[in-house]
Amino acid sequence: DIDDVGHKYYLELVLEDVLDKDSTVNCTAEVLYHLGNKNIAPDVQFTLEGELKNTAEADNTFYNRIKSLEKELMAENIPDSHGNVSPEMEPIRLLAWVASGYVIWQNSTENTHFQLAQIKRVKQVKRSDEYLAFDYMILLHEMVSQEIIPWQVTVLWHPQHGVQVTQ
Amino acid sequence: DQVLHIVPETFQQVQHLQHLCSTLLLDLWKPLLPEDIWAGKDLHIRVPAPLVQEVKDSLDQHMISYKVLIPDVQELVDQSMPRERSSHRHVPEGYVYTQYHPMEEIYQWMTQIQKSNSELVTQHYLGNTTENRTMYYLQISQPSNKPKKIIWMDCGIHAREWISPAFCQWFVKDILQNYKSDPKISRFLQNLDLYVLPVLNIDGYIYSWEKERLWRKNRSPHMNGTCYGTDLNRNFNSSWGSIGVSYNCSSEIFCGPGPESEPETRAVAQFIKRKKSDILCYLTIHSYGQYILTPYGSTTKPPSNSEELMHIAEKAAAALMGKYGTSYEVGPTSLILYSNSGSSRDWAHMIGIPLSYTFELRDKGTHGFVLPPDQIQPTCEETM
Repeated sequence: DIDDVGHKYYLELVLEDVLDKDSTVNCTAEVLYHLGNKNIAPDVQFTLEGELKNTAEADNTFYNRIKSLEKELMAENIPDSHGNVSPEMEPIRLLAWVASGYVIWQNSTENTHFQLAQIKRVKQVKRSDEYLAFDYMILLHEMVSQEIIPWQVTVLWHPQHGVQVTQ
Repeated sequence: DQVLHIVPETFQQVQHLQHLCSTLLLDLWKPLLPEDIWAGKDLHIRVPAPLVQEVKDSLDQHMISYKVLIPDVQELVDQSMPRERSSHRHVPEGYVYTQYHPMEEIYQWMTQIQKSNSELVTQHYLGNTTENRTMYYLQISQPSNKPKKIIWMDCGIHAREWISPAFCQWFVKDILQNYKSDPKISRFLQNLDLYVLPVLNIDGYIYSWEKERLWRKNRSPHMNGTCYGTDLNRNFNSSWGSIGVSYNCSSEIFCGPGPESEPETRAVAQFIKRKKSDILCYLTIHSYGQYILTPYGSTTKPPSNSEELMHIAEKAAAALMGKYGTSYEVGPTSLILYSNSGSSRDWAHMIGIPLSYTFELRDKGTHGFVLPPDQIQPTCEETM
């Protein structure tokens, strides 16, 4: 408890690579939830003890595949009702996951617990620069209220420049 | 098998390709007919595996350049097909337990299960849903002259938690397949009767198949049909309406106009009340989160037998983890999850059923409610 400021949590985490369960990195973090004003995202500081895997090859393969599409990519319901995701859509799903992490961070309080439930719709937006852009309609599940909250996000991505999320 | 992409450059090349296609009976994907092969136009041919080398050699000989468009057609086919049709052909009716089934098929399955296991299984009427569908439970009971205690398990109280009804079906299948050969199960059935309700919230389940995959509640109309659904797991008469609920129909945790206001709730409650002196254990299956939850959600005051409840739950979680390493958290809902009132598990304990648990199955949020079918088997096996 930090008087007049908020609640600070000290965390020790293990990060696990979604695509390679044996690959883990330790991490320490500090999270500060602000008192009162619920419109400010919690402050987060973290330190990685180790390095994240290099994904340049997979990034570039995905980047080139999307760049070479004749028509803008468009899809619905990822995963589908049964939980299936086609292999071509897997990177699209992972990108949505990253973006939803940002949205969740911006909207979290000590009384919320969000997860990405499903991508309702994704539409690629053609850009004149080298970035890839996708408009997503994602569905977030909030555990305490059990609500499903739709959220519109635009995600920019580039293999060397990373992810940017605009809501 | 491979698919090759070729752009013929000369008329001679076109002729050779047409010849190749017709003599080797190759599968033209683009164009459809050999006579439509033209110079300068894209050609896609599927070549069966045993002929791949011969075809490539022939193309090389005639200086026809090609690219491999699909290096392994079978791989692509496998990836795009619903899986697990193969490993369950030995199950009598051919019912595939590693896939999610719509309600129609679950009704048929119940009838079939009783027919093929009539010495052990009987199907019973429990009640009707809001939309007037029939609720059935299965009784698995070994004939004997001694009175037996009951274990009750219900699945699918929340529509979107598809892994839950999948588990109930798996559970029944597993018991029936193994009760003769597995000494633990056969001893179990000598002393206990199992009552399984595969889908409690039938209307909601159907709605999640046909209209909205992430629907949770039942389908009772409120406010003149402008809003639908009561959360059945907030509708039981256990500190009803006190905490962790909404009085607003538009909320996912709407507790309904009153305790046991919903026909589904009443159907379950009436039955359990009638049989309560014989019911040893009440289990209700949900997803997701990987928890074994004990009473209560409505208060942090521990139940009278909380040590026993925790001890058993911890043993269960350890056994579960022994299978695939999946970790489940164990404890009272109000302490490890959130506060809620009107849950079926709390109610069962409050009316005197000593062992009452909520299982929240896989996963922890990666897929959440939309758990892929390839996780049905491991989830069910570890939970058994």
